[in-house]
Amino acid sequence: MSETTTPALTAPDFPSPLAEFWHGFSRNRGATVALGFMLLLFVAALFAPWIAPHNPIEQYRDALLVPPAWTTDGSWRFILGTDELGRDILSRLIHGARISLWIGVVSVLCSMIPGVVLGLLAAFYPDRLGTVIMRLMDIMMALPSLLLAVAIVAVLGPGLANTMLAIAIVALPSYVRLTRASAMTELTRDYVVASRLAGAGTLRLMFSTVLPNCMAPIIVQATLGFSSAILDAAALGFLGLGAQPPLPEWGTMLAAARDYIERAWWVVTMPGLTILLTVLALNLMGDGLRDALDPRLKQHD
Amino acid sequence: MIQFLLKRIGVVIPTFLGITVLAFALIHMIPGDPVLVMLGERNIDPAYYREAMHRMGLDLPLWQQYVNYLGRLLHGDLGTSLITQTPVMDEFLTLFPATLELSIAAMVFAVVFGLAAGIVAAVKRGTAVDHTVMGAALTGYSMPIFWWGLILIMVVSVHLGWTPVSGRLDIEFDIPPVTGLMLVDTLLSGDSGAFASALEHLILPAIVLGTIPLAVVARMTRSAMLEVLREDYIRTARAKGLSRTRVILKHALRNALMPVVTVIGLQVGTMLAGAVLTETIFSWPGIGKWLIDAISRRDYPVVQGGILLVASMIILVNLLVDLLYGVINPRIRHAR
Repeated sequence: MSETTTPALTAPDFPSPLAEFWHGFSRNRGATVALGFMLLLFVAALFAPWIAPHNPIEQYRDALLVPPAWTTDGSWRFILGTDELGRDILSRLIHGARISLWIGVVSVLCSMIPGVVLGLLAAFYPDRLGTVIMRLMDIMMALPSLLLAVAIVAVLGPGLANTMLAIAIVALPSYVRLTRASAMTELTRDYVVASRLAGAGTLRLMFSTVLPNCMAPIIVQATLGFSSAILDAAALGFLGLGAQPPLPEWGTMLAAARDYIERAWWVVTMPGLTILLTVLALNLMGDGLRDALDPRLKQHD
Repeated sequence: MIQFLLKRIGVVIPTFLGITVLAFALIHMIPGDPVLVMLGERNIDPAYYREAMHRMGLDLPLWQQYVNYLGRLLHGDLGTSLITQTPVMDEFLTLFPATLELSIAAMVFAVVFGLAAGIVAAVKRGTAVDHTVMGAALTGYSMPIFWWGLILIMVVSVHLGWTPVSGRLDIEFDIPPVTGLMLVDTLLSGDSGAFASALEHLILPAIVLGTIPLAVVARMTRSAMLEVLREDYIRTARAKGLSRTRVILKHALRNALMPVVTVIGLQVGTMLAGAVLTETIFSWPGIGKWLIDAISRRDYPVVQGGILLVASMIILVNLLVDLLYGVINPRIRHAR
């Protein structure tokens, strides 16, 4: 008998999950640019006091409604011009990024964490608890998100904290539904059955067996939730129900700018453009994340 | 079909009851004493306070208050505005046609242009046209519409002077309300100047309110068309010598419409939320502006009643859309 030498089995070179994700994500040019924009915005928000050329609430009485630098009457002292009280718009936008991103982060976390837990509970106990949870979510979904947020703020009173709370409550049902749906699919898989037979407790099954496999759609939803949080917060601010002046929140800035439509286009244009670009970037990132993380959800082409 | 209908309605009733609990709780969650909030007075005589509390039924146990509230609702009694002293239901019925007209106009705008854009993008897939249309759609989808409205007013109304800035009709016209829909009423009055004025007032708000649904319809139409265009029967239709336009518009579009109709149904809620912002910007006298004004005036019965009515309307529309599918598509009717 001759010894056959088996060729040494080398493990095939799998790319790490992160590298694989980045490969998928970076092929989407729009999403990469959007990621760059968001990183820039985060840095600006983080270091706002050092980056912003002026104090955002300082009123330069000698420079009311100065147009942007590139126009004939503009000056490089105020690159994007000043508002009706002589405050530097660029500085206000940079500080406003702090508020908007903070609202986004807090409200996404405050709705994602309870939403995921409720969704898992609804999937694991579908009979009584699940029905009750899903009925409650149906009721919340019967009102459009902005209207429900308006109702909540109407009761609790306007302000930044109540804005975040309202947006978090409004976003809750989408996480619950998403988590429940993916968890219910996972629960029928063999690996869950195996893990259950091996004696894993419910908590372990929930959070360490099932949840990691449901994360992809949740992450995508969180990105999209971030963008709608920023949009809804700005809408509430615009309606006078969100952050209150003189806080440089983007929507609040727009509300004050309404009276200057006829005289100072930059006061109206700049905050809205910032909101649009931020929301657009987050939506592009959401598309890119979905394509990279969850090919099943990929849209045609 | 009857069974399907009953099952659907059976699901809707608990949701509606939940909304009534929410609206009922709204008043009780307001920080502070509801009597003082409602009367808006300080240093009230204790006897008068007790009398007011009794009159509003606030001295009863909570569950009994809720049952009374529900009973009043079933009689169509949603309370009375604290400011105008008119029944909430009457105010709603007066203002609702304005919102209805605006929403219909916005939806027509969104569907017409959304379908066209989606079809063009799907047919020209991968070209610069496709990328431009889809880029525009994503921008429209991300649009803060309150800003979009301000920009349009700034450019079209103020700078170009093409359309009026706010309202529904120039004050020089006095049109008796028949349907409450200004376009129809001015048409009935036979005054062509008034009709033109009503149309001018309607255009910008309709564009603003229709922008997000337009983007959604365009995206959905494109992906539904792409799916359908791959099917064999499209190739067959082409092979038997039908023109490209005919195949696209007749064979492909008809089959791509189902998911598009779904999306249009889902946009009703978005529309009503958007109406709050659009009506505020254009001073459009509809229910969105009414609600926001009520909040800033602390007119709680109006807030409570308005939110209940809006939510019921959305539930009703969703139910109708559901039933419509059942009629169109028997597979849905018989599923589980």
